[in-house]
Amino acid sequence: MNFEFPALPYAYDALEPHIDKMTMEIHHTKHHRAYYDKFIAAIKGTDLENKGLDEIFAGVSKASVAVRNNGGGFYNHNLFWEVLSPGGGGAPSGKLADAINSSFGSLDDFKARFNDAAANRFGSGWAWLIVKADKSLAVTSTPNQDNPLMDVNDVHGRPILGLDVWEHAYYLKYQNRRPDYIGAFWNLINWEKVAENYEKAL
Amino acid sequence: MKKISILMPLIAAGMLTVAPAVAQKAESNKAKTVKTAVKGTPVPSVGTASQVKELPAEMSFWMTPAAKLTFPALPYSYNALSDVIDSLTVAIHYDRHHRAYYTNFIKAIEGTEMEVLSIYEIFNKMSEFPVSVRNNGGGFYNHVVYWQNLTPGGGVKPSGLLAEEITKAFGSYDAFITRFADAAKTRFGSGWAWLAVDFKTGELFITSTANQDNPLMNTEERRGFPILGIDVWEHAYYLKYQNKRADYIESFGKIINWKDVEARYQYFLQARKNFLN
Ligand SMILES: [Fe+2]
Ligand SMILES: [Fe+2]
Repeated sequence: MNFEFPALPYAYDALEPHIDKMTMEIHHTKHHRAYYDKFIAAIKGTDLENKGLDEIFAGVSKASVAVRNNGGGFYNHNLFWEVLSPGGGGAPSGKLADAINSSFGSLDDFKARFNDAAANRFGSGWAWLIVKADKSLAVTSTPNQDNPLMDVNDVHGRPILGLDVWEHAYYLKYQNRRPDYIGAFWNLINWEKVAENYEKAL
Repeated sequence: MKKISILMPLIAAGMLTVAPAVAQKAESNKAKTVKTAVKGTPVPSVGTASQVKELPAEMSFWMTPAAKLTFPALPYSYNALSDVIDSLTVAIHYDRHHRAYYTNFIKAIEGTEMEVLSIYEIFNKMSEFPVSVRNNGGGFYNHVVYWQNLTPGGGVKPSGLLAEEITKAFGSYDAFITRFADAAKTRFGSGWAWLAVDFKTGELFITSTANQDNPLMNTEERRGFPILGIDVWEHAYYLKYQNKRADYIESFGKIINWKDVEARYQYFLQARKNFLN
């Protein structure tokens, strides 16, 4: 398996004013990059080198903590960048919209659940929209760089939308005001990509 | 009110006048007044009765019912640490993050049995109480230690008994600094690194805790009394250092108030039996 560090699918300033250029640049070239580099170093010469991320995460409790932290950090940010877009926001449509309505009641109910998960994750972590094994949708959150594909979490599923709530994701612009950052996130969501992730997860 | 006896050895020895909640008047201190009104609390080296009397804040802290704890003033101005920590970071960290932990802690214990317990008695039963008390009580206490551990004129090496104990436990002062920095660097995500005194053995040890946990809590494997703490949540350094946590940690040594660390060490030695759960 060859893991590649992905380019950002838009310019560093593309998400202004919701996420500032400097945050994007440091987040991608420093934080994300470091997770990638350390993940590659952690699996080098081990039997994980030829496995996919799904398989690695499914057995991550048996791997080193470096694999868990950096593999998570690598994958989570891959997903994060691709579900954001300068032309994002609005509402989902089609099958995904139906699934959100049937799982949460309405788009607003889903947003409220997701906001809570993101705001109440104490310390560093992520909020997720996932597709569970029974194909239903759920909102969950994980600490640090864990994710719902890992066997260390209670709630399992495939993430189709994720929000990074580490302070590095928002501190330069929002400082202690995490809820403002979460609010801004809804203006950036690339729902077409999320719908695509949903289709793939089914 | 339940009797809280952490300070009894000092009181019995005539070393401390009981005057709860003195010197912690800062709840009414607005950000502006902090700049001028609170000039570096001089923390003497402990050892004589008269000197111990100069430490009412630390002493009364442990005997105050949690509901009566106040939000302490910052012992220097926001820009006092600016060689190492910029003034905006100090201002937001103290007046927003720390204050929010304090406010939410008081709210979380309101109307509960915890109101009359000392904060140590709460930490000592941490696993029995709601997570909001753990997060906010820890956040409140940890930052109290953090601000007092720092000073613009810091960086002078420890002396006396503490210096000897550091050498005994870690080999040398430099070896201690390296180990402490390692603990701070390798804490993944949000948390703290600590120099603490083991409850059971009285030995110094280095540990790190997640989020707002600390070694006083019964949720920790190795428990002890924290005498030096470094906050490695990103909010502690991100405006100035961004992803370079190591640079913040390396610079931190320049502002350590070793007098305060020594005072905490001495305090624990005197009050130790009250922390043996
Ligand atoms: Fe991140
Ligand atoms: Fe902090």
